[in-house]
Amino acid sequence: MSADPSISPAALSGEVSLPEKLADVEPVRSVRTPIRLEYDFIPGSASSGYLNAFADRKILGQQSPVDGAVFVPPRGVDPRHGAATPDYVELPDTGHVGGFCVTRLPIPGRDDLEIPYVSAWIHLDGADIGFLGLVAGIDTSEVRMGMRVRAVWKPDDELGRTAENILYWEPTGEPDIPVTAAGTNAWHAKQAAAGEPG
Amino acid sequence: MAERLRADLVLEYPFTRTTGPVIGAFLTGLREGIILGIRRPDETVLCPPTEYDPESSVPLTDLVEVGPGGELMSWTWVDPPRAQSPWDQPHGLGLIRLDGADTPMVHGLLVDGPDQLSVGMRVTARWRPEREGHIADLEGFVPEGADQ
Repeated sequence: MSADPSISPAALSGEVSLPEKLADVEPVRSVRTPIRLEYDFIPGSASSGYLNAFADRKILGQQSPVDGAVFVPPRGVDPRHGAATPDYVELPDTGHVGGFCVTRLPIPGRDDLEIPYVSAWIHLDGADIGFLGLVAGIDTSEVRMGMRVRAVWKPDDELGRTAENILYWEPTGEPDIPVTAAGTNAWHAKQAAAGEPG
Repeated sequence: MAERLRADLVLEYPFTRTTGPVIGAFLTGLREGIILGIRRPDETVLCPPTEYDPESSVPLTDLVEVGPGGELMSWTWVDPPRAQSPWDQPHGLGLIRLDGADTPMVHGLLVDGPDQLSVGMRVTARWRPEREGHIADLEGFVPEGADQ
């Protein structure tokens, strides 16, 4: 026999026949299926350079040898061209919100995040892609695409070789970047100006 | 060069899923201490049950009791169990074709060592005393005649 695509999913209507023993018991309707994966994470050279620099309050990206695009965090390659990116560039700890999400429900295992909170794509000045961060120091309803932000770092004596050194991103108060030039729009605009497809 | 970095990373999702009528019935059966299979149009029985016939895709709805005894079709020995295992002691994992079913299900084999397992042997279900409608309500399978 082969599968017949014309058959409707009638079984989902819930009409099943059960042995007598189960006729009068409360049916099970849901089941716990937690999953948990434990990793022993060892960063490669590009990520190690990035993490080590964090201890000195520096954010490193890498530059594509093909067209100069700057990636952060650095991964050692330009994934569009398969080209190695051996050269680090130091980036400032200022940028803008390229896109964001307001989360109003607690996430299991993240009791440290007070709801509602804002996670955002932070596009650093001089970088061509965004990376994820928390936005705080502003009412969640005030967060917007193109809003200028700066990093709020942990105190110097608490700095480690980790991106957790940046507690969150706060507004700088500077004028917004136009939405048409914010986030990935900036990259597309840059490509269009260079006469290349974004 | 700086020392090599290393970090423990845990990815964890506490999913709860809705079961649908067939898996729900299977889990209801486990909570009540019976194992259910589901009858196909050709009268053979799948255990564990599925909502659809795996060959023709027709909906399956006729749940029938199978087991609790069955035949061990294949097995492997697990020593030591992983941290997330439902079992904290070395154990077998087997394909068990329950009496009344035509397909085998995977479950644990609770014996002291691999020398106590053989293909074709008779095994039977051992239940946990407190059950909630979960595959772990079945603690595992033991040789027939052993203390259950």
